[in-house]
Amino acid sequence: MKSVADNSPIIETRDLNVYYGPTCVISGVDMEVETHKITAIIGPSGSGKSTLLRCFNRMNDLIPSFHMTGSVLFAGRDLYDAGVDPTEIRYQIGMVFQRPNPFPKSIFDNVAFGPRVNGFRGDMNALVEDSIRRAALWDEVKDRLKESALSLSGGQQQRLCIARALAVQPQIILMDEPCSALDPISTLAIEELMRELSNDYSIVIVTHNMQQAARVSDYTAFLNPGEDKTSELIEFDETRQIFTNPKDERTEAYITGRFG
Amino acid sequence: MAGPETTVHDSFADAFAAANATSRWKKYLPERIIKAVLFVCAIASIFTTVGIVSVLIFEAALFFQEVTIWEFLTNTKWTPLFASKNFGILPLVTGTLLTSIGAMFVALPLGLMSAIYLSEYAPEVVRQIVKPILEILAGIPTVVYGYFALLFITPILRAINDDISVFNGLSASLVMGIMILPMVSSLSEDAMRSVPRSLREGAYALGATKLEVSTRVVFPAALSGIVAAFILATSRAIGETMIVTIAAGQNPTFTLNPFVPIETMTAYIVQVSLGDTPTGTLEFKTIFAVGLSLFVITLAMNLLSQFIVRRFREVYE
Ligand SMILES: Nc1ncnc2c1ncn2[C@@H]1O[C@H](COP(=O)(O)OP(=O)(O)O)[C@@H](O)[C@H]1O
Ligand SMILES: [Mg+2]
Repeated sequence: MKSVADNSPIIETRDLNVYYGPTCVISGVDMEVETHKITAIIGPSGSGKSTLLRCFNRMNDLIPSFHMTGSVLFAGRDLYDAGVDPTEIRYQIGMVFQRPNPFPKSIFDNVAFGPRVNGFRGDMNALVEDSIRRAALWDEVKDRLKESALSLSGGQQQRLCIARALAVQPQIILMDEPCSALDPISTLAIEELMRELSNDYSIVIVTHNMQQAARVSDYTAFLNPGEDKTSELIEFDETRQIFTNPKDERTEAYITGRFG
Repeated sequence: MAGPETTVHDSFADAFAAANATSRWKKYLPERIIKAVLFVCAIASIFTTVGIVSVLIFEAALFFQEVTIWEFLTNTKWTPLFASKNFGILPLVTGTLLTSIGAMFVALPLGLMSAIYLSEYAPEVVRQIVKPILEILAGIPTVVYGYFALLFITPILRAINDDISVFNGLSASLVMGIMILPMVSSLSEDAMRSVPRSLREGAYALGATKLEVSTRVVFPAALSGIVAAFILATSRAIGETMIVTIAAGQNPTFTLNPFVPIETMTAYIVQVSLGDTPTGTLEFKTIFAVGLSLFVITLAMNLLSQFIVRRFREVYE
């Protein structure tokens, strides 16, 4: 694995402002994602959590009206430099979505998809098995790798999507409300898995579930829209700090549920 | 006891309900009339279809009293208008097959490429312009395509290769391919656009390029819709009449050679309908036998495509 010194942040944003057309949705975000830690982004719905997350792997490039100012540094390099190929970025930074979105292909082909498009030339069977194992799904699917991924339950599909992201051997995994479409038991399984994965990967998770942020994350960023609907990063700190001793009263109001 | 009270209450309720029912009836009267009119229209179109099919079957049955189905399906000569009569439909079938398959060779690759372009690559502005243009292409009368084939494409083909006759299957195929291209492209594009955005995002997030997303995710997910489009377009090509009548010839030949004059099933029906063959004769009844065959083939194709489309709905669930 391409490694970075363990104590330096793997992603840093500097004065990040994001616009959809003329509307500024987030402004002035300065935050870091620490290596091999779990960073949660919380905030009310519409506060730009997904937008911020999608700046980290240039998924926003797919939206024509998107543009941004400021910079996003990945391992010290500016992701938005003219010479950077977004497809190359995206296989170093995996992403898991809000709703499980397996391809209508077999379980095996889902996991093998990323390595195939990126020209992987090693032992595909081993890579697929390893990725599925890391996603804690192997025992449930090892006898049915040729079956359609759509035959799995929602929680299994989401773990398959995690396995699919792991198969390209990323350094970071971005998760956008990965449990919001899942039942409590599947949610717990994914949370455990995240703790497990944080030994080898840096993880950013968007969640609107504060208990989840408190349970799984090491750092928490709180986004909140101001009067003009433009969101700002209100507070960014260690999760313990945010949940026990928030510095900003808006953070406190949000985490204690006293919010309009 | 609340006996009398109940009676009063009930009669009130009854009166109220009755008044309500009348006003409701009045209120919905226009709606009822419209419903009835629409129902009659629907029935009329069903009756027309049933009528056409029964005439086809009835007249064809008369034909098959004189010619066996076996001879009809296996004889390789079709000469009902000559002194020595042969009633083998095979030459007409090969004529239809040749031109339809040829047309699909043109329409399928071009149609798919244009569908992929429109659905995955084209900026919204381009799509808004190109789609209506393609639809206009679909609205050109087929007789225009027919003369385009005969007077423009055929001379070019003959300049390239002088083995090609003035009437030939190739020219008709090429132009018929262009004619059904908008249909293939538009239906395939619909199928590809209905592939959920989340699947595309999933693929992009794994580092796939646009081409990889289009060909490895969107195309396979839309495949059944594309196959259905393909089958519908084929059945359109099989039923197409003017282009082949004008450009492919009136010469039933049991061949798959695209350079020589041939005749399709549809062109034969035109030929007899416009000619001086007296109604009621065996020669005239041939057109019903051919028409019925054509009907069976296109019906089978349409059923097949409906079957595939129905399965297609389940794909991403
Ligand atoms: N593709 C888009 N085009 C225009 N506006 C968008 C788009 N996506 C999101 N937005 C707007 O940006 C804001 C933030 O959205 P989002 O990042 O999805 O918030 P969250 O994930 O916190 O719910 C919302 O006001 C939303 O309406
Ligand atoms: Mg969101």
